[in-house]
Amino acid sequence: MFNGHKYIAFETILIKEVRRFTRIWMQTLLPPAITIGLYYLIFGNLIGRRIGDMGGYDYIDFIVPGLIMMAVIQNAYSNVSSSFFSNKFQRCIEEILVSPVPNYIILLGFVAGGMARGLLVGIIVTIMSFVFTSLNIAHLGLTVLVVLLTAMVFSLAGFINALFANTFDDISIIPTFVLTPLIYLGGVFYSIELLPAAGQWVSALNPVLYMVNTFRYGILGTSDVNVYWALSMLVFFSALLFGVALYLLRRGTGLRH
Amino acid sequence: MQTENHHAISIRNLKKTYDNGHQALKGIDLDVRENDFFALLGPNGAGKSTIIGIISTLVRATSGQIQIFGRDVATDVYQTKLSLGVVPQEVNFSQFEKVGDIVMTQAGYYGLKGQLAKERTEKYLKKLDLWDKRDNRSRMLSGGMKRRLMIARALVHEPRLLILDEPTAGVDIELRRSMWDFLQEINRSGTTIILTTHYLEEAEHLCRNIAIINHGEIVENTSMRSLLGKLARQTLVFDTFSELTAAPVFEDPDIHSHLIDSHSFEVSMSTSRDINALFNVLSQQNVLIKSMRNKTNRLEELFLSSLSTQK
Repeated sequence: MFNGHKYIAFETILIKEVRRFTRIWMQTLLPPAITIGLYYLIFGNLIGRRIGDMGGYDYIDFIVPGLIMMAVIQNAYSNVSSSFFSNKFQRCIEEILVSPVPNYIILLGFVAGGMARGLLVGIIVTIMSFVFTSLNIAHLGLTVLVVLLTAMVFSLAGFINALFANTFDDISIIPTFVLTPLIYLGGVFYSIELLPAAGQWVSALNPVLYMVNTFRYGILGTSDVNVYWALSMLVFFSALLFGVALYLLRRGTGLRH
Repeated sequence: MQTENHHAISIRNLKKTYDNGHQALKGIDLDVRENDFFALLGPNGAGKSTIIGIISTLVRATSGQIQIFGRDVATDVYQTKLSLGVVPQEVNFSQFEKVGDIVMTQAGYYGLKGQLAKERTEKYLKKLDLWDKRDNRSRMLSGGMKRRLMIARALVHEPRLLILDEPTAGVDIELRRSMWDFLQEINRSGTTIILTTHYLEEAEHLCRNIAIINHGEIVENTSMRSLLGKLARQTLVFDTFSELTAAPVFEDPDIHSHLIDSHSFEVSMSTSRDINALFNVLSQQNVLIKSMRNKTNRLEELFLSSLSTQK
């Protein structure tokens, strides 16, 4: 396939994905805005005032970066897992599979769609945070880079989930039993310095901790983890998951009999 | 690499065994010439959809080789897919997308963009009488419209080979006839068509060559004319102007007649017999014929005969 044609195919998948999640905005964009808004109000504002400082910042300022990242992670993941599985379920994935679109373009198209939703929700909840606090972004370039890499990692993970999924239950198991605990224990609401040594050691195994803290560093300029180590890990996970997803796609896992 | 031949598709020793151990194809050899209108017939579960699945890469072959216009499907993926359009048996487009978007999106998968994609979408939606529905959600379409949408979608990149897996299943007679006309038109314009169908009348009406598959094996592969020529006997039904009390009598022991009612009777005879002689006898007996038709679908008889021979 010529490069121009590949780009058109990529753009087609991306536009279709964006059209899908904007068409059903009541299911895709509104719920995270309401949920994160409630977190801002209850944890950040009402309870946060009694908590006082966290990591040297007002509690609301501390949790806003984590909550933004939580919204990005959940939405990037669920967009790809639900959209790709829905394509499998309705068999419209066959439209792409019989066409000459290369596997890596299919993967990039869906991942870009997931990133687009993750970023859009991230922007929405960032704007909402201005009601409760004023964010001064310390490192803009790093902030954007981290959010892009995180959205990519979780879009890729959502894609792999959808490849293996046979029922709609299969695409809710990982978000419920794996993703949510990782996010809540990933330093969104607290600094790991509050934990005992063993707790800090266990937390260090949680990849979400590095994403949340690097993003927090980008905004506040403070982090529980080494930022360069965290960035290296994000790049590593992006490459690893891309390789795995592409391998599965080439094998036809969950797609070709 | 492309080799010179005149086959739109060439299949050699194609085998498929599914993970559950079911052997769907047992070594199929099949050639379809360029510009042919080819029928692939067989009972449910015979292996037709598996062949189409392998050609369109949705199913992985256990072994064997497929070439489309001389190019290997396994190694020349881009060119072979570019020359192929597939209309599946089951609806496989998003039920939530608009009709126009579904065809435009498919155009994008084939690298068509902008004005060209719009022109092709308009062209095929108009040809299949769906242009007025372009802004409707696809789930709102009737069954026949959904089938036509899948044809429009398969044609948007103007493939040289079009494979239709039971395209007229569940479509009313009037619409089926108009789809036949359309398919004949695109076949005349140079598109090779392979058709699977349960309507044997459809295959007889449209197709020049035919293969019958059963239990994963080709049991018949010939021209429609040659296949129909194998039919040994036929039964003709006559409607009369005059009232009958008994069936006309024929001296020839090969011809058997039977009264159906006071204005119709049927005659069973060898296909090699001259029908004019039959009319002469009827005239001599003052039987005025109003109309005549073949009682059974000729292809249906041969189809059943091919399957029973294999058993």
